[in-house]
Amino acid sequence: MSEAVAEAEPEVKDDLAEARNQYLTFMLADEEYGVDILRVQEIKCWEEVTDIPNTPDFIKGVMNLRGAIVPIIDLRLRFSMESVEYDTQKTVVIVLKVLSEKGERTIGVVADAVSDVCNVSPEELRVAPDFGGAINIEFIRGLASVNDKMVILLNIDHLINQGVLQHVQAEATV
Amino acid sequence: MSIDLEQFKEIFFEESFEGLDAMETCLLQMEGGNDDLEIVNTVFRAAHSIKGGSATFSFTAVASFTHVMEGLLDDMREGNRAADQEVVNILLQSVDLLRELLTTIREGGDVDESEVSDLKEALQVLRGGEGAQAVPEKEVEAASEKRDIEEWEISFSPDEDLLQTGNDPALLFRELAMLGELSLTYDASRLPDFEAMDAELAYLQWKMTLKGCSDKAAIEEIFEWVEDECDLEITAVQPDRRAEDRREGDRRLTSRRTGSRREKDPQKSKAAAASSSIRVGTDRIDTLIDLVGELVITQSMLSQLGEDFSMDKLENLKTGLGQLSRNSRQLQESVMSVRMQPISFAFNRFPRMVHDLSQKLGKIVRLETTGEDTEMDKTVMEKINDPLVHLVRNSMDHGLETPEERRAAGKPEEGVVHLSASHQGGNIVVEITDDGRGLNRDKILSKAIERGLVQEEDDIPDQQIYNLVFLAGFSTADSLSDVSGRGVGMDVVRRNIESLGGSVVVRSTPGKGSIFTITLPLTLAILDGQLINIKGQTMVLPLGSIIESLIVDKTQLNAMAGESEVYSLRDEYIPIIRLSEVFDLSDQQDDLRTALLVVVESGQDKVCFVVDDLLAQQQVVIKSMESNFCKVGGVSGATILGDGNVSLIIDVNDTIRLAKELGMEHLQAQQEQGNAKYKQARKMLEVTG
Repeated sequence: MSEAVAEAEPEVKDDLAEARNQYLTFMLADEEYGVDILRVQEIKCWEEVTDIPNTPDFIKGVMNLRGAIVPIIDLRLRFSMESVEYDTQKTVVIVLKVLSEKGERTIGVVADAVSDVCNVSPEELRVAPDFGGAINIEFIRGLASVNDKMVILLNIDHLINQGVLQHVQAEATV
Repeated sequence: MSIDLEQFKEIFFEESFEGLDAMETCLLQMEGGNDDLEIVNTVFRAAHSIKGGSATFSFTAVASFTHVMEGLLDDMREGNRAADQEVVNILLQSVDLLRELLTTIREGGDVDESEVSDLKEALQVLRGGEGAQAVPEKEVEAASEKRDIEEWEISFSPDEDLLQTGNDPALLFRELAMLGELSLTYDASRLPDFEAMDAELAYLQWKMTLKGCSDKAAIEEIFEWVEDECDLEITAVQPDRRAEDRREGDRRLTSRRTGSRREKDPQKSKAAAASSSIRVGTDRIDTLIDLVGELVITQSMLSQLGEDFSMDKLENLKTGLGQLSRNSRQLQESVMSVRMQPISFAFNRFPRMVHDLSQKLGKIVRLETTGEDTEMDKTVMEKINDPLVHLVRNSMDHGLETPEERRAAGKPEEGVVHLSASHQGGNIVVEITDDGRGLNRDKILSKAIERGLVQEEDDIPDQQIYNLVFLAGFSTADSLSDVSGRGVGMDVVRRNIESLGGSVVVRSTPGKGSIFTITLPLTLAILDGQLINIKGQTMVLPLGSIIESLIVDKTQLNAMAGESEVYSLRDEYIPIIRLSEVFDLSDQQDDLRTALLVVVESGQDKVCFVVDDLLAQQQVVIKSMESNFCKVGGVSGATILGDGNVSLIIDVNDTIRLAKELGMEHLQAQQEQGNAKYKQARKMLEVTG
């Protein structure tokens, strides 16, 4: 009995370690982005949201997620890409858990499609060059090649806390 | 098979604190000259149950103290003692001490024995020194000898003040005798001459032999409560060699330990203290159970209907659903009412505070309360307590004058502090009124100028000046006292109240007194809402803030300075706010002729909101936007409607602020202008009429 436990444990650890290096990738235009898979709570189809007044346009609104009020963010708009019509069949919302000093938040991001789950070990991560675009370099954890394609791995906590919420608050106080 | 007493401790504490509150109220009534026997009985009963409870949980200090207190109360009950000032004061002190003791025990702290014995002594002195119990001096001889079971030798020399902590050696001996055969000899060598003897001190020492007893722990347990107040030696004696080995007893315990028992408690009790509970009347629980019963019946009816449904049963289905919605609404109301408590819970602590404070300040103060039955949410009440205490203290310290000053001002010597609570719309209004000197306008103003809060040349209405006291670091008291005057209070008061979604204002008349008005929302979780439609979006407007809704009468529309408009309704000109503009919902201007106007009020402001349509009225559950997002201007929260969609709840106050910011600063000016125009028109009419 005790042996079985001892055997099982490393396996669990391996799983976790493996999951830590796993990323869910999704498409925005033709670019592939990735988020830490442990942060993904669920993936759901796009449905109508309620607008929030006086917020930047990348805040699409709020959605009822089983009784919780969850804000939905359009990353295309946040990254100053061209916006597209949402399609209830294809457009997806990835519900993520975001950590901040104030605790945990649940937010949704809109993506064109979910593509894959891939493994990227820390050694494979490449530092993104600072090209001064709409995506602040701080929001990117690194770049990785998966199947000869570049995937941009996002630092979701930083992106949401600094890149979105602070933005909204700053706008609200102006 | 020991019963875990831990789970009952919390209940005991709560009941005890309630009992103490009741005692306090009654004692204050007694002080007012009410010597009704029933009041004494209430106090006695409360003391008695605290005594019983604390003895069960081995809180000896409390038990022994209440015992002495009970003695005094018993005298009063028997009519042997009148409830004079001295008695009431000492009893009030006792109540304080007990409260302190219980709090200390609850938090696992150390009990300050000296304070307890001081007051206990005072109580005994008051009773005429009857407190000291007769010391049993006769030998307790145990009967026949038993066989070779372990035997113990106990030497017990109590400290002189053992009796004053309510312990009685005779009781200890009786308990020992229950463990086995006890033989006992006393040593009166410490006994002084009769003249020098103090009846309340213990002089005797004892040597005991306990035969046929079990384990040492049982003996130690008996002495557990007195171990700090005596020299105790428990020695085991082997039956075969007890004569010779008496001295070198194999196990020896010298007991002069200090507080070893107490040290292990803290963690345990602290965890218990953190949990909060609520007392709910059984009638409310019964209603809940009834309602749940009805709900179950409705549910089974509906599921039966669903099993073989056909269109001709549609009518039944509709009735069933109607019943379901009625049931759930009633259930919701009752569940919410469980959280509601009358504000008397908060008010009841004030008589005592006023009593103590008036003595300290040398002022004569009468406290009046009205509307104690007003119910409010428990959370709101807990948070409102401190601000209330602060405001009452302030009124007494700064507001009310000394008797001499009052006489000089031609007022009765007795000052009045009035606490009142009432429902007003969707709010609870608590007012603290005093008939003192009122706030000093000039002093506040000069202080405000000194601190750069206002400009000297600013022309500020008096009432606005008074409200400056709520700003941080503002105190006008010339000298600091330990009652108030540090200027940290008022802004904390305001912050606390605002964190509950309430507001506080002060009105004052020099020489006549001041009134602090606190407005609070009824409950924090559920709101009566009016659903409205603005450009296709459904939003919720708190029903409590709506005064009326109306169809636009074109002739009453007045455009001022081109853009913004006011609507003349009866005697007023009310500014119009286009919600679609404030919330940036549409670029299209509303056509006011087809829109509806909702007149809302928030604080002093009264405005018209332009909406496209009024939808249903329903209760909505408020959900925070901040938990997953951040504060949104003009919105107090969100809710989920019956169809699963999210709807935003409008914060009327903030919306008005937004509207003002939105280039509508002229609003106020125009309103005044409008009113002036109206008055002018009226005057013209009067002249011509």
